[in-house]
Amino acid sequence: MNRATRDAYRDCLLPLLNQHPDLICLDTDTGLFGAQFAAAAGDQYLNLGIAEHNLMGIAAGLAAGGRMPFVNTMASFAACRALEAIKIDIAYNQLPVRIMATHGGLAAGHLGPTHQALEDLAVLRVLPGMTVVVPVDAAATVAFVKQSLGLAGPLYVRLGRKPSPPLPVLPAPVIGQAQTLRQGAEVLLACCGPFAVLGCLTAAGALAEQGIEATVLNVHTLRPLDTATLVAAAQPATLVVTVEEHWRAGGLGGAVAEALAEAEPRKVLRLGMPDHFVDAVGSQEYLVTHYDLTAERVVRTVSTALDSAARSGTINRKDPTT
Amino acid sequence: MTGVQVPVRDTLESLAARIRSHVVNMCAGPEGGHLGGALSCIEVLTALYFSVLKVDPQRSDDPARDRFLLSKGHAAIALYATLAERGFLPVEELAGYGRPGSRLMGHPVRAVPGVELPTGSLGHGLALACGLALAARYAGRDSRSFVLLGDGELQEGSVWEAAIAAASLRLDRLVAVVDRNGLQLTGPTERIAPMEPMAERWRAFGWAVRDVDGHDLPQLADHLAAAPWEPGRPSVLIARTVKGHGLPFLAGRAANHYVTLSPRNHARAIDALHSTDAVR
Repeated sequence: MNRATRDAYRDCLLPLLNQHPDLICLDTDTGLFGAQFAAAAGDQYLNLGIAEHNLMGIAAGLAAGGRMPFVNTMASFAACRALEAIKIDIAYNQLPVRIMATHGGLAAGHLGPTHQALEDLAVLRVLPGMTVVVPVDAAATVAFVKQSLGLAGPLYVRLGRKPSPPLPVLPAPVIGQAQTLRQGAEVLLACCGPFAVLGCLTAAGALAEQGIEATVLNVHTLRPLDTATLVAAAQPATLVVTVEEHWRAGGLGGAVAEALAEAEPRKVLRLGMPDHFVDAVGSQEYLVTHYDLTAERVVRTVSTALDSAARSGTINRKDPTT
Repeated sequence: MTGVQVPVRDTLESLAARIRSHVVNMCAGPEGGHLGGALSCIEVLTALYFSVLKVDPQRSDDPARDRFLLSKGHAAIALYATLAERGFLPVEELAGYGRPGSRLMGHPVRAVPGVELPTGSLGHGLALACGLALAARYAGRDSRSFVLLGDGELQEGSVWEAAIAAASLRLDRLVAVVDRNGLQLTGPTERIAPMEPMAERWRAFGWAVRDVDGHDLPQLADHLAAAPWEPGRPSVLIARTVKGHGLPFLAGRAANHYVTLSPRNHARAIDALHSTDAVR
C-alpha cells in the first residue's frame, strides 16, 4: 500500500513518546501533527511556531539537558535556513537531536523551488558526526525512527510528503548498512529515495533482458557511508551509476564518487536533477518523469556507456547471444 | 552547593578587579582579544559567578546546577578569567590563551571546564538557554538558566525568535542579561541599527524587564538573585555598561572592540587598573 513516509513517522512516534518520557516532539506549525496527536502526547509535544533556527537551538538546549528531541520542519528549511544552528548547536556538540525533514527532494512537487530540497543531502552530509538517512518507504521510516533511539549523535531523516510506493518486503533496513536489493556483476546501480530505488529495480530488470546484470544498492544512509558494501559491489562492475532526487553535486553521487575514487576507482555516472532550479509545475511523480529520473534513463545511460566503452576497447563485453 | 562562594578576604569588587586584570593580560598575548566587550561585562559575570549561580567547580556536571551561556561568545576571555577565579580552571592557564597547546580558544568551547555550550556566532545563546530551561522544567528542577547577550547581537533575528518562544513557553526560570555598552564593531548601535527603546521592545515580547547600571555589583547581584521578577515571564536585565570599562584611554571607543595590547599600552592599562583600583 502506498504510504507517505512522513505519516508513517508521525504514527510510529506517538507510541514511542508514551514509552519514553525523555522524547520530545518539537513542531514548527508544520500541520503534520493534529489535535489528537497533541492531546495524546501531552507536554511531550510543543508547537514552537514558525521559527526554524529557534527550533534547532531549543532542541540543542533540551538535548544538552538530557532530552531527545524530534524536531519537525521541511527539508529545505532545515538544510538552509536553520543550517548554522544545526552545525554549531547540534553537530558540534554531538547532541542526539533527530531532524525530521519532510518535503525532501522533489516531494514538494508543484509548491516549487522555495519548498523543494535538492541540496539537503550535500549540505548535511559534510557535517562531522551527522547521520544522514533517506528511508525508501514507510517501513524503512519506522525502522529508522526506532533505531534512532539507540543512536548517540545527531540524525537527519529525509522524508516525503505524499504517499509513495513500498519496496517489496525485505528485512528491515539498518542505519549505516547499504541494502542490496538485487545482485549482478557488470553494473552497480546505487540509489536512494522511493522513486530512484524503484526506478533502478525496474531498470535492472530491463537490463537483464539485454544480458546486462546489475546490482541495485539502496544507499539509504549517506553518512556514515557503508563504504565496505559499496566497494564490494563496485569491484566486479565496470560501471557505477548513481540515481537520486538531488542536484548532481554533492549528494549520493558525490558520496559514492568520493568513496570509490579513493578505494576502488570506477567510472561513476551521476543521475540527478539538472543544474538549475525547477521550472516545471507538477506533482513529484510528474517532475521525476519530466526531469527524466526514470528507469528508462538508467537503462539508456548504462547501455550507452557500456557500448561506448566496448567500442573504445576499455572493456571486453560478453556477447549475450553466444 | 551554594551560590555564594566568595572567600572571606575577597569582595565582589576585588574579584572583578582581578578578573579585569586577567583580561587585560590576555589581550597582551600574541593574538590579542575582544577587549572592550570583555571589560564591559566583567561585573555581570562576577555577580553571576560569585553571588548568584548555583554551580560548583568540583561537580561541574551536577544536573541540578544553574546554567550560564555567554551568547556574546567573543567575550570569552572575560568568561575564562571568571571561571579561573571561580576555581573551574587554574588561573595560570589563562596565560596560554590563544596559544598553541592551550584549550582557551577565542570563543568558548566545551573543553574548558565550566563552559556549558560553545558560542560565538551571535544569535544562538537565547534559544539554547530556552532549551536548557525547558529541560530543567521537564526534569522538575527549580534551577535557573542565565544567558548574557551583546546589545549588537540583538540585531540577529534569531534572538527574537527565541524571545517569542521563551514568553510563549512561560520560561520564568530563564534570565537574560543584555550587555548594553552601546557600541558594536564599527560604531554606536544607535547609528548602525537603532535598538532603543530596548526595554519596551523586550516588554512588548512578553518579558519582565529591569534596567540597571551594569558596573554596580550589589545592584546586579540583587536583581539577578531575585529573578523571576514576574511569575510566568522570563526576565531580562538591561545592564548599562561602558565598552572598555576600567581603561580610560580606551573606554567608550568602538576601536577597543578587538585589541592586541603593545607592551607600552599593556603597561599603561595595568597602571590604569591600579590607579583606579577596582575602577569605581
